[in-house]
Formats: sequence, C-alpha cells, structure tokens
Amino acid sequence: MDAILLQILNGLDKGGAYALIALGLTLIFGTLGVVNFAHGALFMLGAFCAVSLQQLLTLSKRIKDESVTFFDAYKEVPYLKIWFGDFGDTIIDYSVPLAIILAIPVMLLIGLAMERGLIRFFYKRSHAEQILVTFGLAIVLQEIIKAIFGANPIPQPPPDVVAGSADIGLLFGLGQGVVYPWWRLVYLAFSLVVIGLVFAFLQFTTFGMVVRAGMQDRETVGLLGINIERRFTIVFGIAAVVAGLAGVMYTPILPPDYHMGMDFLVLSFVVVVVGGMGSLPGAVTAGFLLGILQSFASMTEVKAIIPGIDQIIIYLVAVVILLVRPRGLLGRKGVMES
Amino acid sequence: MVKFPNGFSRRTVLKGGAALTGAAMAPTVFVRHAFGAEFRNNPGSNATVPFGFNVPQTGAYADEGADELRAYQLAVKHINGEGDGGMLNTMTPKALKGNGILGKKVTYVTGDTQTKSDAARASARRMIEKDGVIMYSGGSSSGVAIAQQSLAQEMGIVFMCGLTHSNDTTGKDKRRYGFRHFFNAYMSGAALGPVLEKEMGADRRAYHLTADYTWGWTQEESIKNTTEGLGWETVAAVKTPLGAGDFSQYITPVLNSGADVLILNHYGKDMVNSLTQAVQFGLRDKQANGKNFEIVVPLFSRLMAQGAGENIKGILGSTNWNWSLQDAGSQAFVKSFGQEYGFPPSQAAHTCYVQALLYANACETAGTFYPPEVIKALEGFEFDGMGNGKTLYRAEDHQCFKDVLVVRGNQNPTSQFDLLEVVQEVPRSQVEYDPSIFGGELGPYEA
Amino acid sequence: MQSQNARQDIILSALFSVAVLTMPIWLQPIGAAYPDLMQKFAIFGLFAIGFNILFGFTGYLSFGHAAFLGVGSYTAVWSFKLLTMNVIPAVIFGTLMAGIFAALIGFISLRRSGIYFSILTLAFAQMSYNLAYSVLTPITNGETGLQLRQQDPRVIDQALGVVPEAGLPVTNLFGFEMQGYTGFYFCAILLIIGFIIALRIARSPFGMMLSAIKSNQNRLNYIGVNTRPYTLAAFVISGMYAGLAGSLMAVTDPLAGAERMQWTASGEVVLMTILGGAGTLLGPVLGAAIIKYFENIFSSFHEAALLSAFDFLPDWLAEPVASVLGLFVGEGWHLTLGAVFMLIVIFMPGGVIEGLNKLVSLVRRRPDDTAPAAVQQPHSAE
Repeated sequence: MDAILLQILNGLDKGGAYALIALGLTLIFGTLGVVNFAHGALFMLGAFCAVSLQQLLTLSKRIKDESVTFFDAYKEVPYLKIWFGDFGDTIIDYSVPLAIILAIPVMLLIGLAMERGLIRFFYKRSHAEQILVTFGLAIVLQEIIKAIFGANPIPQPPPDVVAGSADIGLLFGLGQGVVYPWWRLVYLAFSLVVIGLVFAFLQFTTFGMVVRAGMQDRETVGLLGINIERRFTIVFGIAAVVAGLAGVMYTPILPPDYHMGMDFLVLSFVVVVVGGMGSLPGAVTAGFLLGILQSFASMTEVKAIIPGIDQIIIYLVAVVILLVRPRGLLGRKGVMES
Repeated sequence: MVKFPNGFSRRTVLKGGAALTGAAMAPTVFVRHAFGAEFRNNPGSNATVPFGFNVPQTGAYADEGADELRAYQLAVKHINGEGDGGMLNTMTPKALKGNGILGKKVTYVTGDTQTKSDAARASARRMIEKDGVIMYSGGSSSGVAIAQQSLAQEMGIVFMCGLTHSNDTTGKDKRRYGFRHFFNAYMSGAALGPVLEKEMGADRRAYHLTADYTWGWTQEESIKNTTEGLGWETVAAVKTPLGAGDFSQYITPVLNSGADVLILNHYGKDMVNSLTQAVQFGLRDKQANGKNFEIVVPLFSRLMAQGAGENIKGILGSTNWNWSLQDAGSQAFVKSFGQEYGFPPSQAAHTCYVQALLYANACETAGTFYPPEVIKALEGFEFDGMGNGKTLYRAEDHQCFKDVLVVRGNQNPTSQFDLLEVVQEVPRSQVEYDPSIFGGELGPYEA
Repeated sequence: MQSQNARQDIILSALFSVAVLTMPIWLQPIGAAYPDLMQKFAIFGLFAIGFNILFGFTGYLSFGHAAFLGVGSYTAVWSFKLLTMNVIPAVIFGTLMAGIFAALIGFISLRRSGIYFSILTLAFAQMSYNLAYSVLTPITNGETGLQLRQQDPRVIDQALGVVPEAGLPVTNLFGFEMQGYTGFYFCAILLIIGFIIALRIARSPFGMMLSAIKSNQNRLNYIGVNTRPYTLAAFVISGMYAGLAGSLMAVTDPLAGAERMQWTASGEVVLMTILGGAGTLLGPVLGAAIIKYFENIFSSFHEAALLSAFDFLPDWLAEPVASVLGLFVGEGWHLTLGAVFMLIVIFMPGGVIEGLNKLVSLVRRRPDDTAPAAVQQPHSAE
C-alpha cells in the first residue's frame, strides 16, 4: 500500500515537471501557432538562473591551501558569510527559492526578446521551418550555457529545512516510517499553484479572455479591433516564465547541466500531443497521467511481468491513446492535423 | 565561412590522386596483406608522426573529454621534449629520449566521439583516412571504446582506450589492436570487497540499481560476486534506463525492501542524479536491520563528485587514480598538468596521458611504427613510475594490472579539488584474475 | 512540354551523377575528400532523399525514420554473420526488412495525420531504440553494437568454400572489398540510382497523387479517392530508402548500434531535408552533406591548429582571433551548426536550394522570375 502511495507521489512529481513545460508549449502553440522546439531550452535557462544566483551568492574569499603546491587550490568562504555570519549562510541556503525572484523577470525578458526578435517572423512560415529555426536556437542557447558553465551537472541543494524527508505515513494512516523528500512535496505544491495561477489568469482576467478567444478564432478577434499580436507576445513571455520556474524548482532534484532541455523536449512534446494539441487542461492531465504511469511501470512487480516496460511505457501509452482518441485526450478537431 | 588552410594536407591530395588513378584497387593494395614493413599510414621518411585524439567534446561527458584532451596535449609536449617532461622523468624502463618518437616529432589531430559508437568510428576513420594517424586514443564509454577497438583491428591502426570500465573491453570483446590501461569492473569489485567487509561487516543485504546496458551489467555482476562472496545477501538488482533523469520510482522501493546497502551501478549524469535523489530520500540517515544504511558507488570520478556536491560525502567507491597520490610519478604528472592548466588532472586525464606515453615508448622500443612489432612491445610490458605502482600490460588480454584505489567522498575538503580521500591502495596482486574467465579472442597481429 | 521536361530530367540526372562520382576531386579543397566522409555523404543523401519522398512530396512529417535505418543496419550485419560477407544479400535483406517494418508502423501511424502522425512515428522509433539498447540485447548486442566475429557461421561462404582469413572478414562485392574508395563508389552508384528513382517517382502519376495529398487530402477524400494506399506506399518506399542507407552503413563499416535509432537521429534527417529544401530533389542531398560536413570537419579543428593557421598574423592578433574562432569549432561545432540552421532558415526560406534558385534568378534578373509564387512552398495549413 505504501509502495503504491509513494509511486503515485513520484508520478505526480514527475508529472508536475512535464505539465509545466507542456503547459507553456501548448500556450505558445494555441495562441501563436508556433511549434517551439526551443521550449526545453527555456526550461534549462530557468535552471541556470538558479545556478547563476547561487554562484553570485557564494562569491567567495579564497584561502589558499598551502599543502597543494603545483596549482592554486582554495578553501572558499563566501563573502556573505564573512559579512553577515549566520544570516549570510541562511541567504545562501535559500538560493534556490530566491532564484524564483530572479527568474521571473529574466525569463520574461528572454521570452519577449525571443518572440519579438525571432519568432514573430515565423508566424506565417511552415511548421517545418519553425521547427528548424527554434531547434537551431535551442542548440545555440545550450552551447552558450555550456561555454559558460561547462558540461558537468552543478549541484543545487535545497534549503536545509526541506532537505530531508517528511514522515508522511501518519498523514495517510499508514503508520510511521513512510517517508518522502520534503523538496519533492514542495515541488508538487509549487507546480499545482503555478498551474492554478495560469488557469485563473486566463479564466478571470480580461486579458485572459481575449487570449482564450484568440486561441479559438484569431481572425475574428483581430477584426474586432483588438491588438491580439501584442497580447500574444506577452503570452510567449508568460510561457517562458512558466518553463523557467519549472527549471528553477527542479534543480535540487536534478542537478542542472546544459543538455537538460533537450532531455525534456521530446517528452514534453509527447505530453502535449497526448493531451491534445491546443488544449491546456489536456496538457496538464497528460503530464500527470504519463508521470504516474511511468512510475508504476518501473515497479519490480510490473517489470517482472513485462520486462523492459519502464523503457517504453510513455511511448506505448502515447500510441494507444492516439489510436483510441484521434486528437489526444482533449484535443480539438482540425488543429495541426494537416 | 572561414577557410582553414591546414584543413587539407599533402596527404589528402595524394590520396585523392590515388583515388583518381586506380580508384577501385588502390585501397586493397594499401591496406591489407601489406608486404614487409609497408603498412597503413607508415610515416616513412616524414619528419612528423600524427596521433589521433578522439574524445567526447559534446554531450554529457564533454568536460571529461576536455580533460582528456588537455592530458594528451601535455603528453605530446613531453614526448617531443618540451615542458618539464612530466612522467618521462619517473617512468621505468623507458626508451623514449625526449626527441619525439624514433626522431620524429609527434603532431596530433582531434575529433569528437559524441559518446556515440557511430560518431566515434566516423571520427576515427577521418583521422585514419584523411589525417594519416599512426595511433588513436580516447573516450569515456565502454560501448564506444569497444566499437573503436574493433575498428582498430579492421584498419590496422592501434587504439589506446581512454576511460572504459566494462569487463568486456579486455574480455569478450578484446582485440589485438586495442589496449586498456584503465581498470575494470572486476577489479573494482575485488578491491572494494575487503574494504566493504571491514567497514560494513559480513552480514549485509544489498540492493543494486544498475544502468541497463552492458557496462552496468558487467559491474553489477562483478560487485555481486564479490559481495556475495563476503556473505552478503542480494535483495534485488533493478535495471534503470540510461538517462532516466528522475530515479525516484526506482529509489522508493529500496526504502522498505529490507536492504541496508544501496549499490549504484551508474556512471556520469545517471550517477549524479541517482545519488542526489537517493540522499534526498533519506537513505543516508536511515537505519535498517539495526545498522546504518550505506550507499556504495563502485566507480567514482572527481568530475562526478563535483556534480553530486555534498551528497558524495562519506560514500565509498573505487577509482583508477587520484591526484592526491604522493608517489613520484603522480606528483610529476600533477605538477606539469597543474602548472599548465591551473587545476589538477582527473583520472580520465591520467589514463589518457599514460596511454599516449606507453604507445610512444613501445614504438621507440620496437624501433619501428609497424603495428605488429609495436603491439609485441606493449604486450607483457612491465613498468613503474606512472602513478599506480608496478604495472603490467598483460599479453593475454591487453589489460593493465596495477594497484586500485578505494576512495571515499571527503567529509572535510581543504580545497575545491579535494573531493575524494584515498581509503586504501589495494595492491595489484589482490585484483588479478585469470584472463580465460571472460573469454574473447584477440585476433591476429596482421590486420 | 513533356519531352522538354524529360530532357531536363536526363540532364539533371547526368549532372548529378557526374557531381557525385567526381566528389573525390572537387571536395579536395575543403578537406572532405576522404572515403569515410564521402561514404557518409552518399548514405545520408540516400536517407534524406527517401525521407523527402514522404515529407517533401506527401507532406507527412515522420519523426521516427531512424528506426528503419537501424533495422536496415541490424539486418545487414546479421546477413554478414549468418550468410555471407557479400554485400548483395545484406543490402537486399536490409532494404526489405526495413520495408516490412515500415509497412507495419506506417499502417498504424497513417491512421492519423499532422502532428499526431509525427508523434506516433516518434513513439515507435523511441520504443525500438530503448528496447534495442536494453532488453533486445541478444539480437542487437545493446550498447556495444552488433559486430562481426571470427566464429560467425556465414553458411553461404562456407558452402562456397571461402577460406576464412586470419582476423575479421571484410565485406565485399564478389571480391571487391567494400572499404575506402571502393566502398564509396558502391554507395555513390546506389545514391545515383536512388536519386533517379526519386525523380521518376516525382514525375509519375503516383508522384502527382502524392503532391495532391500534400496540398489537400480532404478534397481528394471528398471526390472519392482513397488516399491511404498512396500514403502507405510512400511511407514504405521512404522506409526502404532508410533501410538501404542503414545497410550501406553496415556495408562500409560492419557494426550496428542502437543509437542510430534514437530520436536525435530521426531529427537529424528532418533537419537535413528542411535545411536543403523539402520537396526539392537536390535539397535533401545537399542538406545531408552540409550537416555531415559540420559534424566531421568542424569538430576536428582544435585551438593549436587554429593558432598555426593564423600564424601569418602578428601574435597579439593571432591569439584572440584563434580563441574567438575556437568557440565555433572543435567542441563548439554544435554552436556553429545551430547558428547555421537559424541563418539559413531566416535568410533562405525553403532551404538552401530555394536560396540558390533565388540567387540565380536575381542574377539573371528575368522579370517573370520575380513572382514569388513560383518558388514558394505550399505551407501546411493550420
């Protein structure tokens, strides 16, 4: 029983990451009609916002290790710690959550710059060309990160208070000893909040209403004299922020490296399509669903029946869903079908 | 686009000419059944002889590849008599004179393996066909190393493996034209065994998470043999897909499995991720069966330790070499490398540096670049002063036998490089084995 | 009109053949004239031509074509292991086996269109890759890749009394060893044949039907045409091209690895085709050559070589120039590739071939060529 509970949590957690990336992809696709292969790179850039902040906060006074003679080895003491003592330590400890504050404006700017500087010239071009240019952009972005930060993963520890595991057994009436990492619970809550905010924004604001109308029928909204273009630019920025935040918060779980965006790119496309092109609830549902199924398929009991199932489960489910439901879980007719 | 005047050499022009005149027959004459000392890429009367350094420059192992490349560049310098000479000052016996090889200066070309067999072989073929290398070397993965050494056999050009840890490289997939200095999974197991017993006792229950490809399997098998020999019980051995990223779904079952040791047969990014996540799941602080729960990572590297950060502290593993060793050879190498680049070399850099030197030395000893003679000079070559104590290149499987390091993630590092502390230098005699246990066939000297 | 077209086609084929066969000469100045790279040009040219029949002609974007390449390779290596080192059976079986796989996957995937089709093909290819890497290791030899062994049975060779040499046997065409330049010419001839077949397909009624499907499949369905057999045929043909390319990879280098089937490999052929110009005949071959050139040549420059290349400059200038350029070559070759993708697609809509066409018409300044409609690609509809 507790094994199943834990796997559901694992799945929700993974699903949270998938859903956040897929949400942005769907937003961009639904509003701008652009297939954005650089979306994984936005996730990666978000993660490197966290890395940058951490490196900034841990700028250190270097104390030379005299025992090493052939090159300079240092023990590093962060200036923050020297200046502010324990308080400095606390700031460094919270670098990942603090990175959210940094990531929101940075990712928004990156998103706006991307849309204005490149993507808008591709609205009228074929999807194939959109794929080529955004894929090229993704490579350029990740190579720049590699040139600055190297190819090795960079550890990003969570704050101490949430570094350990929570005893969740009592909460679910399973007795003591069923533990789950605090940070993963934080991540799950965070992704639910972000998803909720995006939906609330689209549902309850005028801006959101116009955007939703634009997703349904862009031309008519344009005919009504509404400047849909400018709103869509902002939507692109928002999608970039959502992907970036997903990246920031995921860093304690997955030490970031320059390639992490590509690793998530294909999976998030599968999620979007399984959810149904252009459907936001579809993307979220598919994200969580695939996450949970992936977790269950990895259980030894399941693998004993079908060897290697954990290797292919996502794709297998995608095939089955697309054969049963032609437009994914919640897709609309006529979107991206020809 | 920028033009690079040196992108094409006299050799390419010559080859093109050969292609035009005797297109179909040319390669057969050049390559196979060569007469006398005529062999592929014979430097003949050239003043220089090119080496090929084929390392991962893109992908997950790019940093390791960059470090390998630094080591090779240093090796070339030292062979040519530039710089401070590094391990050439400590190596015994030594035929190299510090004036290149057989009077020819060594040059080099580089390539990107991308840690993919196809890309590595394409890059190696470029080096052989276009740049005329006499030897090539490098890499960070066993699959890629095996693919390259079988190419070496086909082409008749010696391949000196870089970092490859699978038993298969010098076991069932060994080749006459491939040589491995790095240690292997069997040796990791043999070296770790006594230390594990001393630290954790003989009554333990182990849970394996294993990368689901050949290297992972051979390591799991070797470690399992060792631990079961100690009397440990293996609770489960679960395969995980390469590049899984999030390993939580494999880690949660460990929690209540009754195991008290987790063995991570992962390398690179997989290892960084699985270890980080296992620690987050509280496995380090856990008590099981009345004992402290322990995590073991059989194959360690300093670059991985960097990626895993705090989580590596106190964790046991094995490694081929570490810069903190105090013997003369290691010191000489760390000194030249550190002064050149400003930081210490990794174990990958060390093995690559030594491989380049060993090959050069073998040519000098043999008095020729003719591969069969060079191979014979390497086979059974016993040397010292290169950082791992007295070392033997065993003739039967082209595997180096030398001391193995058991290391632990450093609890109190004195500097940013001081990540691994050496627990024990396990002597060579303890990790030796009979070459026949892994089978395989070296193949002929004449390619 | 018809006969003029036919004449143009013959000229095109002849020019193409000459260009391919003389590659060892004219690739010399850019340092690409060595057997392995030219083999790769021919092989990936074939792969892209085949992919273009599905994507460029028919409008179906498959993201899983590398699976057929992999199947072709595995089949060819098994043919070497079990039957004979002669390449003819390997090539035939490799192509056929890929065709069978393509028929199965195509039959299922073609039930959907647009991006749903793309994701279905992607899913099948990724499943093949993941299984080949792990569970199917007895057939594929997993991570290490399927290799030849001295002890392989090779029943036909054995029956014919071919004496096994010491060492690994070499793939051959009735005695001609398929390595080096011979291997290249073998691939080159198949590339030319493949090109001519694609040309014939494009000009045939079948090809017309494919382009009709691309421009508006619904209309065809409304007038009572069942398009499925045509799309399936296009899918299988392009799968067989991929299988042929895969078996040629095994012919020139008898090893088959799983990573050939990974999505990045499928993505690569998509990029090759779009880069060169989807729907054009020459474009995919050109795109394939550009990408393979970058992969093999740009990755091989290192800083020391750059420095010596610029040693005609004064020292204070040579070093910064070399280190700036160093960002784009060697370990930075991916950066250059990404930038090239962006530049080409931004400044040459429709790919390199379209760009060249435009350039040519600009130079000629023929007023009737300025009409953009003539060169514009039909865009896939939203």
